[in-house]
Amino acid sequence: MENQKVKVNINGADYEVAAGLNILEACKSLGIEIPFFCYHPSLKVAGSCRMCLVQMGTPARDRATGAPILDENGVQKIAWMPKPVISCGTKVSEGMHILTDSEYVADCRRAVLEFLLLNHPLDCPICDKAGECKLQEYTHAYGRQTSRYVEEKNIKRKKRPLGTKIMVDAERCIQCSRCIRFCKEFIGKSILGFTKRGSKVEIGFYDNADNDSNYLLNVVDGCPVGALTETAFRFKMRTWFLKTTESICGESSAGVNTRVWSRGGKIYRITPRQNPFVNDMFMSDSGRYTFKKYEQRRLDHATIDASPCQTEYAVSRASEILKLGGVAIVANGWQSVEEMYLLGELAKACGAKIYMASHPQPDDGKLVSAEGAPNIRGALITGIISEYPKPNLGDLERQIQGGGVKTILCFGEDLAVLGLQHLLKGVNVIYCGALENDTSAEAKICLPLYSEFEKDGLWVNRQFRIQRFKKAVDAPKAAVNDIDFIAGLLRDATGESFKIPSVGALRAVIASKNEILKDCASVPSSGLVLDGSKFSAIEFPEAAAINFAGATSSKAGE
Amino acid sequence: MAIIVERKRLSFWERTYLPQILSGLYITLKNFFAPKVTLEYPDQQPVIPQGYRGAPVLVCDSDGRHKCVSCQLCEFVCPSKAIKVTPSAIPEDSQYAFIEKGPADFQIDMSRCIYCGLCQEACPEQAIFMGSEFSINAYTRAGLVRHKDDLYKIGGVVPDKIMKWQKIKEREAK
Repeated sequence: MENQKVKVNINGADYEVAAGLNILEACKSLGIEIPFFCYHPSLKVAGSCRMCLVQMGTPARDRATGAPILDENGVQKIAWMPKPVISCGTKVSEGMHILTDSEYVADCRRAVLEFLLLNHPLDCPICDKAGECKLQEYTHAYGRQTSRYVEEKNIKRKKRPLGTKIMVDAERCIQCSRCIRFCKEFIGKSILGFTKRGSKVEIGFYDNADNDSNYLLNVVDGCPVGALTETAFRFKMRTWFLKTTESICGESSAGVNTRVWSRGGKIYRITPRQNPFVNDMFMSDSGRYTFKKYEQRRLDHATIDASPCQTEYAVSRASEILKLGGVAIVANGWQSVEEMYLLGELAKACGAKIYMASHPQPDDGKLVSAEGAPNIRGALITGIISEYPKPNLGDLERQIQGGGVKTILCFGEDLAVLGLQHLLKGVNVIYCGALENDTSAEAKICLPLYSEFEKDGLWVNRQFRIQRFKKAVDAPKAAVNDIDFIAGLLRDATGESFKIPSVGALRAVIASKNEILKDCASVPSSGLVLDGSKFSAIEFPEAAAINFAGATSSKAGE
Repeated sequence: MAIIVERKRLSFWERTYLPQILSGLYITLKNFFAPKVTLEYPDQQPVIPQGYRGAPVLVCDSDGRHKCVSCQLCEFVCPSKAIKVTPSAIPEDSQYAFIEKGPADFQIDMSRCIYCGLCQEACPEQAIFMGSEFSINAYTRAGLVRHKDDLYKIGGVVPDKIMKWQKIKEREAK
């Protein structure tokens, strides 16, 4: 089957498409749009919405002999199906003829939409899905613009909470069953289901059952209408006001591709971004709220000995302290590859050693891996650490006790949690990071840096796939860009006067110096697999990632 | 290509300018005796005609229900970005909880508003209307920003012919 092609004729033109695709996917790969509701490339075909109806015909053959039936010109006749077929449930075959733009197909779509809208409440002004609703889009594109329905619409349950995360509005539901299939196939639990029959069909669930899962919010993304909405995002902002930025989830080393939705410097939600090699179209619910910690505990001003000061002054004081020697650097797994490279240079210039801690967490076998820090492999590749870090800083503890360390330059890690609380009084701690914690409160110098939503960078996930995250919102005014900060320290430490590089320039430098990262200046949005064979001796804690790309390599997308 | 236009020669009376002066004086004198049209604004206030586009306000329906459901279409359509809506859920104990959504705050910055009326046109609930106010002043910039309560107070009641939400409530009660 692999790489086999079949000839099909779509709307009068001949094409070659991969065998085994359904008509919908085949058309999508050729740029021909077929509207659909219930079909989802990552779920089983249900064929319940009837929106993707097309006309289909196959080359005619004599039933008795199997010989081709020819017309008067000697060309094989096309035996058109008497009724339209659903393109999601029909596979392409050799010589198949498909019509997606005929008046008949347009009529089918109009009629299907009319049926779907019969009992739809049309409350778009108060519906959170408005603006990204398939029913809204298709009604605009293919529907009739007026209603002929004069009877009263069915009444179903509205505003019914499913757990704490989702609000269910049964009136808006068009019975596509995507959510039901997602729960069954991906979560592995039947949470949602249909009750009643005919036009009274309702999406429902048991109130007292265990309806929770860390992947439940994917049904909200999958819902083509506003029947399932996210409680946390409900009535917060209309989607058309939100700017989207491609990002990577910092919840674990799975490196889930995300989209950050923001307006006016405020992040409203995070949704998954399709990447068949990493997360397909899904992400964990916990990963969607990684931005909340910055709303609660954002470090927004510099301090020296717990009294506020100008950031520039704090940076220059930090630089002076580093010159005294006896420096240890504590890096963290949320720093980008670029920062880690600079940190390596800084460590060389100061004669410091870099320490790191891992953040073990339970591996759920799906999209939350056993490592909480998303870029441990980046640290290995840039060479700032040589083995997989331990969950504590025991090495550093021994160094401090031995008297070799006078200053700790700590990036974002909470040293108190990592087992150094009893030793912090004896050393100068320079804390720099985006979040407040016990270490930042006790540090001699505390500097606000950028969070992962406020800067550009690269992370290497558990598959050694290097992925790019982009700046979504502006950092607080007092914060200093990590790269500027580390490069500034490096300049002071070496005494060389070089221009502080931009992220792009820095990537070019890294690409020229590091063989594994030679392509890091041009990482595509789906990421790039790096050669991790050098680290095959290291025992990584994460389970293997799910292979979503699987059998079908070309998927239609949402 | 330049076109040369021949200048018309003036007649004798035209060269004296007297007929023009006299006809001008005639118009002036005629208005001198005509009824006065000037209004002693602000002591006298003008009559605002129907369909006048004054300051935008929010209105209630005949039951006194706040009509805005904070769909933010006015905010979207506003060309001068004068409107800022903070959407929220209607509290459960309200008699209108079934409508689900209403604004927590609705700000119109009158120093930005250009009185174009697009907000009124975009509103699917007929909750925002162009009122009759045309002279708005305050001592501070913040004073020119009107909030939800002020807007409903100025807007008052506009009788609703359709009563959509009341019908929905009756239907659900059945």
